[in-house]
Amino acid sequence: MPKLFSGAEIVFKCLEDQDVSHIFGYPGGAVLPIYDELKNHNSVKHILVRHEQGAGHAAEGYARSTGKPGVVLVTSGPGATNVVTALTDAYMDSVPLVCISGQVPTHLIGTDAFQECDTTGITRPCTKHNWLVKDINDLAEVMHKAFEVATTGRPGPVLVDIPKDIQFQKTLYKKFKRKSKSNGASHNNFSQDNIDELVDLMSKATKPIFYTGGGVINSGPKASELLRELVYTTGFPITTTLQGLGSFPGDDNQFLGMLGMHGTYEANNAMYECDLMINIGARFDDRITGKIDEFSPKSKKVHIDIDPSSINKNVKVDLAIVGDVKSVITSTLKTLKKSKANFIKSNKQKTSKWWEKIQKWRSKRSLDYISSEETIKPQYAIERLYELTKDKDTFITTEVGQHQMWAAQHYKFNKPNRWMTSGGLGTMGYGLPAAVGVQIAHPQKLVIDIAGEASVLMTMQEMSTAVQYSLPIKIFILNNEYMGMVRQWQELLHDKNYSESYTAALPDFVQMAEAYGCVGIRAKTPEELDDKIIEMLNTDRPVIFDCLVDKQENCFPMIPSGKPHNQMILGPKDKKENKITGKGRTLV
Amino acid sequence: MPKSKSAYSVAGRKEKLDTHIIVVWVDNEAGVLARVVGLFSGRGYNIESLAVAEIDQKLNISRITIVTTGTPQVVDQIKLQLKKLVPVHKVADFKREDKNVIFKEMALFKFVGTNGKIDKAINACKKYNAVILDTTNRSKVVQITALRREIDKMANNLKKYGLISISRTGAVAMTRGEKVFK
Repeated sequence: MPKLFSGAEIVFKCLEDQDVSHIFGYPGGAVLPIYDELKNHNSVKHILVRHEQGAGHAAEGYARSTGKPGVVLVTSGPGATNVVTALTDAYMDSVPLVCISGQVPTHLIGTDAFQECDTTGITRPCTKHNWLVKDINDLAEVMHKAFEVATTGRPGPVLVDIPKDIQFQKTLYKKFKRKSKSNGASHNNFSQDNIDELVDLMSKATKPIFYTGGGVINSGPKASELLRELVYTTGFPITTTLQGLGSFPGDDNQFLGMLGMHGTYEANNAMYECDLMINIGARFDDRITGKIDEFSPKSKKVHIDIDPSSINKNVKVDLAIVGDVKSVITSTLKTLKKSKANFIKSNKQKTSKWWEKIQKWRSKRSLDYISSEETIKPQYAIERLYELTKDKDTFITTEVGQHQMWAAQHYKFNKPNRWMTSGGLGTMGYGLPAAVGVQIAHPQKLVIDIAGEASVLMTMQEMSTAVQYSLPIKIFILNNEYMGMVRQWQELLHDKNYSESYTAALPDFVQMAEAYGCVGIRAKTPEELDDKIIEMLNTDRPVIFDCLVDKQENCFPMIPSGKPHNQMILGPKDKKENKITGKGRTLV
Repeated sequence: MPKSKSAYSVAGRKEKLDTHIIVVWVDNEAGVLARVVGLFSGRGYNIESLAVAEIDQKLNISRITIVTTGTPQVVDQIKLQLKKLVPVHKVADFKREDKNVIFKEMALFKFVGTNGKIDKAINACKKYNAVILDTTNRSKVVQITALRREIDKMANNLKKYGLISISRTGAVAMTRGEKVFK
């Protein structure tokens, strides 16, 4: 007779067949059969977190830094509800996650049993798809389908809810046959005509710009290489979204920096003035477009995206190309080389005026700030951190707020999958557990969470995870004692009524680090900053770095609410200079 | 204009709304209707009416017919978002004015009163394929099939003839002629 496997065994068989090496989880009553089975499967290592949200974000960090799906294992009821934030975060930022949750036994579903909740009901709007497995014979198929849904097309989270009795029941397991790797290609829905039209638009444009996003990174490292080739071949300027950072070298001359609400002056003005906008794998998010009615009024817009529902959702485009970024760029480069062999030469002249204009915007140096010798400016802290780590292959995660924007502005990325930040959902508390996940995936690499003191307190408990697994993550806190971004909005828009945005009674982060069994370092002055950062980098253990920064600093430049790209607020340094020269005030 | 205090942009101008009939073929599995309806409520789309039933027992396929209103952009989004749902097979979209598509709703009317009054009511129903399903001395139950606005009108006009209870379905749709939506 063929061997029968329990539901719990089948879960692990599926994980093994999917080449899963790590799962992030937290045990509880309704998943105990699965936890019981863990000991029999050495190839799957379980990382015990301290809160299920941490498991979700750690799996996100793991997924985004490797391109592989992150796997989460939680119990029913509170285990499942705690992971909802992470699932929603992954859904917004297109991160492939497979979440396995325990459920009360099938005969108790609907009776308000202990730790019961309608998990599939709760997670329906924040997953690509979810399943409640009520028949043991469906389990293997559902598990494999879950991985397929999570990783194909536009990636995202899925959830499989497995009642406890199903975990005990037994059935046959059919060996899984992996379909030929079809991630992007199967979702391609574009023709050579589309590509020809794109190349035609590119050859006619005098003020072109590439606007690229996380889709490039999700398409795999090869897509980033191809993007570089495309940008160098065309000689066009490029700006990326928050999620697109790293797909193009941050220190390259053709790179205008990040665009959007806290993007650079040159990137946003170029978006406003361009005559051809080529969006590759970005989604016209409201932080990017500003006032939609006045968004890039003079341009032809091309949108390349794997998700057809992203096209024409917020901004109407002139040419839509539905497909995987890698495939679309490959076709474009091929056509470009064949039909316009002299493109770069003929193009240089055409776009030379455009580049002059961009240089003029660049000369505003919109990321500049007024430096200080007494207090550490947060921008300075990021700059120093970048200078001292840029020669290492560094992975950066962040929390959400001012520090996140400063990191995006001042830390320069050269490779994809090195930048993990919560963009769509904007989840404070993302960075620390994400760093745990990244370090698990890359044990030998330097992993830094650039954090704010308010955000990091939301998931601080995961330091205990980092210590348990000897993960030398570095938590670099820009501590201004305020919820900085909230404070900034209150200053600018709510008449400086700093309602509840100051955190009194903050913990002593150095002592806290020691209490967790890791290392605490504090920097108070610009003078000692470099030494302290070097001390942090030389510590082969988890570090909490308490960097005391200027409490009043605001994040500039900034597109204020309801304004188009050409009406940015620049920083105080610009204002000061304007006072002297009396020019350019209209832009402030 | 007052200074915006929002971290979000202000709403743009409002566009004209059209009524569309969206037909969705789905796997008939647990929770599939909740997925479709949840998508509408979650993204703020309207549902004017909804009709759903299994149409193929062997293949386990249900057909959902949804009447909705939205700008052309929103209607496009509805279709594209629906197509992303895993149990959805195909999505059709018809404008209400489309002459090549038949739309029908069914209603059951219960009349209570004197025979004279009820007869008048039934007479009025006749042009909408009236079928009398139940008769007593004092009451009748009548089934009609018609367009939504026709049923609205009837429901209003027949009150005076003793119409005391109405039950109606959402619209269902089918293309005219040989063509089948693929």
